Amino acid sequence: MESSVISVPVGAAAAKRAGYLRAYYGSTVGKKQVMAVTGVIMVLFVIGHMIGNLQVYLGAESLNHYAELLRALGHGGLIWVVRGLLLAAVVLHIWSATALTLGSWAARPIGYRHRQRWIESTYASRTMRWGGPILLLFIIYHLLHFTTGTLHGDFVTGDVYHNVVAGFSIWWVSAIYIFAQLVLGLHLYHGAWSMLQTLGLSHASYDRLRAGLAIFVAFVVAAANISIPLAVLTGVVS
Amino acid sequence: MNITLHVWRQKDAKSKGRFVKYEANDIIPDMSFLEMLDVINERLTLEGEDPIAFDHDCREGICGTCGLVINGRAHGPRARTTACQLHMRSFKGGDVIWIEPWRAKAFPVVKDLIVDRSAFDRIIAAGGFISAPAGSAPDGNAIPIPKENADLAMDAAACIGCGACVAACRNASAMLFTASKVAQFGLLPQGQPERDVRVKRMVAQMDLEGFGNCTNHRDCQAVCPKSVSVDNIARLNRDFIRSTLVADRRAAVGVGSAG
Ligand code: HEM
Ligand code: FES
Repeated sequence: MESSVISVPVGAAAAKRAGYLRAYYGSTVGKKQVMAVTGVIMVLFVIGHMIGNLQVYLGAESLNHYAELLRALGHGGLIWVVRGLLLAAVVLHIWSATALTLGSWAARPIGYRHRQRWIESTYASRTMRWGGPILLLFIIYHLLHFTTGTLHGDFVTGDVYHNVVAGFSIWWVSAIYIFAQLVLGLHLYHGAWSMLQTLGLSHASYDRLRAGLAIFVAFVVAAANISIPLAVLTGVVS
Repeated sequence: MNITLHVWRQKDAKSKGRFVKYEANDIIPDMSFLEMLDVINERLTLEGEDPIAFDHDCREGICGTCGLVINGRAHGPRARTTACQLHMRSFKGGDVIWIEPWRAKAFPVVKDLIVDRSAFDRIIAAGGFISAPAGSAPDGNAIPIPKENADLAMDAAACIGCGACVAACRNASAMLFTASKVAQFGLLPQGQPERDVRVKRMVAQMDLEGFGNCTNHRDCQAVCPKSVSVDNIARLNRDFIRSTLVADRRAAVGVGSAG
């Protein structure tokens, strides 16, 4: 209550001292926008990854060839560039999310006694802070399972098709993947809309499109990815 | 009609508060919610007890002074309605009503249901104004303004600063309030000279006050008695990017030294 109106350094000299980007990231809006930009990177990756995954339906040769291609592009360098970019995105996304979440929790030290009425917020928007950490755990499991093979049990380096079929033949492995994709769908449903809002990309003429895009991306990504363990379990892919 | 109230009572900013149960009997459905509290207070006064303190001024939904969280919803169950414009006909006999103050670290309780909202004043003072002397009203159409912009600026300026957005937000964020003040100037020609500086200053002050961080839940616009739209939050976000990454740094020198 004792705080008074601050004076933000806005002149060029002051800005040089503080650093434009530092001042930007120091603000809550800046952090949130970093989350949105890293969110865009991750969403584009997830869409690309989904398209790659769907090649399992073209047979063993297609999928394995595609996997080989990814490893070979740019003399084997591109995959490391993309991995580096994604790692940076995940780290920044989580760092910002954590900082903002702690700030928000501190902003209401005494809560309401009567249950708060939610009117326009959605189940998806209210579970972002559950979905994020669950996705992090899933990403770690997924890498140890299909990338390094550590948690696989029947891993054949280079035979991606075999690894997928053998992996998803175990029902609880499939269950983990299906659950994670449902969580991803939910995170994307709010996330895709939210990131456009956070980046200021709203306009009366395409606001309806914005909502539609979020549903579309979330549904297509979750449904396409879930179809694969289901296809293995039902014997469609074997 | 007879209803049961659970009201937050807190002697002063320093004391611990608690809920106290009151039976409100013979309430007339045409009473406003605040008049219902007046009736209780009259009784409490006659009984020699401390009346329930709550904020109010105009009682016609235009000043933004009143503010109660009624059964978990800021300003109660009716959309686009301040607590003072809510009537008891929105409830029925036998109802149990919980009445709580706005809950946010940046809005400390002063007494009972009254909170200190001067954090909002400081956000405005940080940049929610135009420095140029406005003088007398300009001639009509002397400054051309697109009709859409004028309407949108008016919609943003409809904010009465009641704080329901903060109270309803899961994050106790003040983004809708701050954004409405940023947008009402950003949409008009008079607001342009200070546009880049304004958004930076107001956001910095908002952060300093200890509000939470917007995650685009949209419950703020749902409880806003003036239906201020979250589109304004997108405008603030847009201005924030512009002021940081796009605005001419050299041009900001002169403005910076003004404040
Ligand atoms: C790895 C762990 C992750 C954590 C801890 C996490 C956490 C969060 C949190 C807390 C939010 C803010 C929620 C809100 O707006 O209410 C968020 C937003 C978002 N997340 Fe994640 N997330 C993670 C992974 C992902 C992944 C893998 C993706 C993409 C596939 C993603 C995409 C997004 C997007 C697009 C947003 C919206 C950004 C915005 O509101 O501007 N997140 N995330
Ligand atoms: S008392 Fe003025 S808006 Fe309710």
